[in-house]
Amino acid sequence: MATEPLPLQKPAAAAPRDAVPATAPRAAPETGPPLVRFDDVVKRYGDHVVLDRLNFSVRRGEHVTLIGPSGSGKTTILRLLMTLEKVSDGVIWVDGSPLSHVAAPDGSLKPASEKHLREARKKIGMVFQQFNLFPNMNVLRNITEAPVNVLGMDRAEAEDRARELLDLVGLSGKIDAHPSQLSGGQQQRVAIARALAMRPEILLLDEVTSALDPELVAGVLDLLSDIARNTDITMVCVTHEMNFARDVSKKVLMFDAGHVVESGPPEKIFSDPEHERTRAFLDAVL
Amino acid sequence: MNGFDWNAAGDALPLLLKGFEVTLLATVLGTLVAAVLGLAIAVAGRAPSRWVTVPVRVVMEFIRSTPLLVQLVGAAALFSSVEPLTIGIVVLGVHYATYTSEVYRAGIDGVPKGQWEACRALSLGPRRTWQAVILPQAVRNVLPALGNYAISMFKETPFLAVITVQEMVFEARKYGADHFAYTEAFTLAGLVFLVASYPTSLLMRKLEKRLGH
Ligand SMILES: Nc1ncnc2c1ncn2[C@@H]1O[C@H](COP(=O)(O)OP(=O)(O)OP(=O)(O)O)[C@@H](O)[C@H]1O
Ligand SMILES: [Mg+2]
Repeated sequence: MATEPLPLQKPAAAAPRDAVPATAPRAAPETGPPLVRFDDVVKRYGDHVVLDRLNFSVRRGEHVTLIGPSGSGKTTILRLLMTLEKVSDGVIWVDGSPLSHVAAPDGSLKPASEKHLREARKKIGMVFQQFNLFPNMNVLRNITEAPVNVLGMDRAEAEDRARELLDLVGLSGKIDAHPSQLSGGQQQRVAIARALAMRPEILLLDEVTSALDPELVAGVLDLLSDIARNTDITMVCVTHEMNFARDVSKKVLMFDAGHVVESGPPEKIFSDPEHERTRAFLDAVL
Repeated sequence: MNGFDWNAAGDALPLLLKGFEVTLLATVLGTLVAAVLGLAIAVAGRAPSRWVTVPVRVVMEFIRSTPLLVQLVGAAALFSSVEPLTIGIVVLGVHYATYTSEVYRAGIDGVPKGQWEACRALSLGPRRTWQAVILPQAVRNVLPALGNYAISMFKETPFLAVITVQEMVFEARKYGADHFAYTEAFTLAGLVFLVASYPTSLLMRKLEKRLGH
């Protein structure tokens, strides 16, 4: 069992986005259709091929962790999904639609406009290693800025929701603080709340604890396992923290040189990996 | 100082202060033009199309490589029906905008890449990204530098006398000619400049320190 078996056919016409209301009972993650699918995705920087015809998929509600050596392209995968980078070749499918392409009348796929991308991005949220909070806004504004200006949410409603989220991340008392007045761990929790405020279907987490002081890591990990347990958000994480992979995710994908080397439940990958590459990598990090 | 006529100085003061009002007005409005136009040029300089960026560059190079004095006289000749003070303010503003735009550009470049990416990850549109995130951070970084350009503009306002704007140095020269008291009139004008700009520079330095971290 190396990479994940892919459906043989590309998804037919894109299902309308509301076809699966958030409240409807969803199919078990093991059997649902893929929410995210990398289809022969290539990413090059100049001559340097980072991802070479990468194929993998993530089902709705799944929590997946990507592990692999430094430079293997994990961040690149998240940045492609967040459309911060463009694919060099291949297609990323999200919820049955091409993420950064639009279908031309003749059925071929053309690169999408920035406006289309902005729309496509709304289902996807990202938490960065360096937090990237807006230093010129207080915590409340950081969280409400996008819901109000992108989703057109009423300000009062957005603020109520921000308060709930701050409660969830344990920072109710910091609503008026500016990012510079918060610890790294607190900033990262605000960043998580900010991403959740957009009600993303998919949450991308790129080494979200690696810029934190060791004593602050546990709090953020607890919060994320909480979110993983209590929401139906699909999560794709990159981490060097094997605890994180174990607590938060049901599935681990081991990457190397732009390919999926093997995948499986964390218990299996961590205790009994099938591939030598995986074993060597785990020996090095554990 | 031999023969400094204190009476003449006291006599000239009200006239000079009247001129100083014009000087201040030109500085404040000129700075406003430079601040707004410079920002527009800096943002236009990041436009994706060369049809925008190249003409902007050419005009800026032209303005920057000709002396302010020549621009003033040229503009006054070209728009002879426009009030000299208006021409003075616009020319000062445009001239300085070519410098403030560079300052803004550096300020915009100084906003970390992660801020742009956070905006994209939140689907913020370009307008909101500039307005709410990038510009507030960029402007904060460059406020002291802008202040320093305002002070140097203030000290260059005497050039406006050439196109007959009745600012302070214009009045000083007039008083000097009428009463044969150039020394008194110009010394006094210099003092007024000093009294006005020195504390402002100090204030800017303080602001710089406060925003420094
Ligand atoms: N903007 C870029 N320009 C050129 N090369 C890049 C760029 N971004 C990434 N790369 C290269 O792509 C490769 C994969 O980078 P990526 O950041 O995805 O690795 P990673 O798996 O996240 O590594 P790490 O564990 O160190 O974060 C690296 O070799 C890197 O040098
Ligand atoms: Mg990385």
